[in-house]
Amino acid sequence: MNRERSFHMLRTVTAMLAAILVAFVIILFISDQPAESIRIFLLEPFSSKRYLGNIIETMTPLVFSGLAMAVLFQTQLFNLGGEGVFFMSGIAGSMLAIWLKLPPVAFPLACIAAGALAGVAVMLVPGVLRAKYNANEMVTSLMMNNICYGIGCYILNNVMRDSAVSSLVSYKYRTAARLPVILPGTRVHLGIVIAVLCAAFVYVFLYRTKSGLEVRATGANAKFSQYSGISVTRVIVLVHVIAGAVAGIGGIVECLGLHQRFEWTALPGYGFDGAMIAMLAGNNPFGVIGAAAFVAYLRVGADLVNRFADVPTEMIAILQSIVILLISAEKFLHKYKQKWIEKDISIGQGASEAAA
Amino acid sequence: MKEFAKLVLSSDFVYSIFRVTTPLLFASMGAVISDIAGVPNIALEGLMLMAAFAGMYFSFLFQSAAMGLLMALATAVAFAGVLAFFTLYYKTNIILGGIALNSLASGGTIFFLYLTAQDKGTSVALASKTLPNLNIPIVQDLPVIGKILSGYNVLTYVSILAVVFTWLLLGRTSLGYHIRAVGEKKEAAESVGISVVRTQAAALLLSGLMCGFGGAFMSMGYVSWFSRDMVSGRGWIALAAEAMGRQTAVGSAATSLLFGVADAVSNAAATMGLPSDLVKTIPYFATLIGLTLFSVRTWRKSREA
Repeated sequence: MNRERSFHMLRTVTAMLAAILVAFVIILFISDQPAESIRIFLLEPFSSKRYLGNIIETMTPLVFSGLAMAVLFQTQLFNLGGEGVFFMSGIAGSMLAIWLKLPPVAFPLACIAAGALAGVAVMLVPGVLRAKYNANEMVTSLMMNNICYGIGCYILNNVMRDSAVSSLVSYKYRTAARLPVILPGTRVHLGIVIAVLCAAFVYVFLYRTKSGLEVRATGANAKFSQYSGISVTRVIVLVHVIAGAVAGIGGIVECLGLHQRFEWTALPGYGFDGAMIAMLAGNNPFGVIGAAAFVAYLRVGADLVNRFADVPTEMIAILQSIVILLISAEKFLHKYKQKWIEKDISIGQGASEAAA
Repeated sequence: MKEFAKLVLSSDFVYSIFRVTTPLLFASMGAVISDIAGVPNIALEGLMLMAAFAGMYFSFLFQSAAMGLLMALATAVAFAGVLAFFTLYYKTNIILGGIALNSLASGGTIFFLYLTAQDKGTSVALASKTLPNLNIPIVQDLPVIGKILSGYNVLTYVSILAVVFTWLLLGRTSLGYHIRAVGEKKEAAESVGISVVRTQAAALLLSGLMCGFGGAFMSMGYVSWFSRDMVSGRGWIALAAEAMGRQTAVGSAATSLLFGVADAVSNAAATMGLPSDLVKTIPYFATLIGLTLFSVRTWRKSREA
């Protein structure tokens, strides 16, 4: 393993431990029974099939949004449009799930395809504007989030709303459209399998295809890539298409897997979670699965402490912000990296002196 | 339609525009200052939320609106300082740092709301104070104009001063020149002896101060309580206003006002039966189109050159 990667590992593990440590401190300050609360936070998520199921169902959307952000970060693009994509693809797929009639297997597939298409369409706006005219993708993607939210709410309110129910939800999905539960006794649905397949697809794309190489080269040095004949315009559009499709699948999979109706009345927040997951994973597609599992474990743990002890779940937000800050801090633990490099050099010198 | 026109032309409507524009003005000035310094602060949303909570809580604790305002400002500046520390000293990417702060604010405020008010929704259980409305003598007695110019929350007047302050700061002071120089070309600024770190830190702290005012207005003026995620996207709207206002104080103030008008119109439109969900997206479409046109023009110019 090279130095750069092992250093990234060290920083990631340190950030994770720091997050857990901060959780301890918070619990110590707030809980009346700190030892019991810490035990619940750390161990209870593993104590039953149901809680393990909760971890898997929580991590599923995180894998999708993490993958989408990892692909974008590979080219150094700061597109925060995952939020809008999740919402819009949920709306698009839900419309099919309510009104279309198809045989069992083809039905969810059609809905997912619609979600992916909606995701691509939404992502292409900032993507093309950036690729062709160099418009700031962060601002345009944020605009798209609000536009998606407005249009989505309009459709929900005026087209899909089930007026027989007092809360703002859509009509029920047809049963054949919903994703089956794969672990009896839990809510774990087929979505996690689709998520892993997506991770494999993104991995193969990034590391085993010519286009993937072009994407990574552009991320490393866009100017150099341009000079060596890579079409950076094409790369940026391609990256947005893939991110849009993956996040789009994530949005509709979450709806069809967990809910009977479309029930988001605000942007779901997965877009920003994706940035954290991608960072934890060092933008590696399989790392995304692990990172999503870790964050889901923390969330389920915090949720259980909230239920069985006396610490509010929102503690999780404090932990997450610490993870993001520490992992993205290039200079954090930099001293150790420096020492490693110096040690490498001195070993190298020693070897050459010995040879002489 | 006639009724709609009547509603839009009334003095109450003008009043509501300034009311909804106030937090946007503060936040967009915060966006301008930080962006010009080359450290785009996307944590405006989170900083305002934390300030709103601090304003509510400390005004309750000390039973003093002034203390609430002071602590709201201190909180937002302190967390802007955290962002500055991580980005300038630890070299955290400013965007990721902003995402972290927003996440911290959204969950952290609910966390402390629960600890203080035993409620995860609103703070109505805590009798917090509000900042007073200002009735301008003489002016308030004038017909029509009196109603349009007088009687706003004191922070609404401060928000207009904030625009003047930002304009003066960037155009007339040495700190402003340093901010612009650092944002334009870091290395060049460094070479003539401007401290990049100190200038960018100052810009981030000032943008935090603006968010402090904006947040205080939310919980101590706009309404008289704190509720979860009460800033509801205003920080992001301010970023849009700043982008559309081409990073100038006056331009961003004008576009903030435009967003305020759109918000007020969509509220009015909703009462008239027009689809408010769609009306609310108009400013975002406008920003998107404006930004596209601007980018296309720049792109054409660079191709001709």
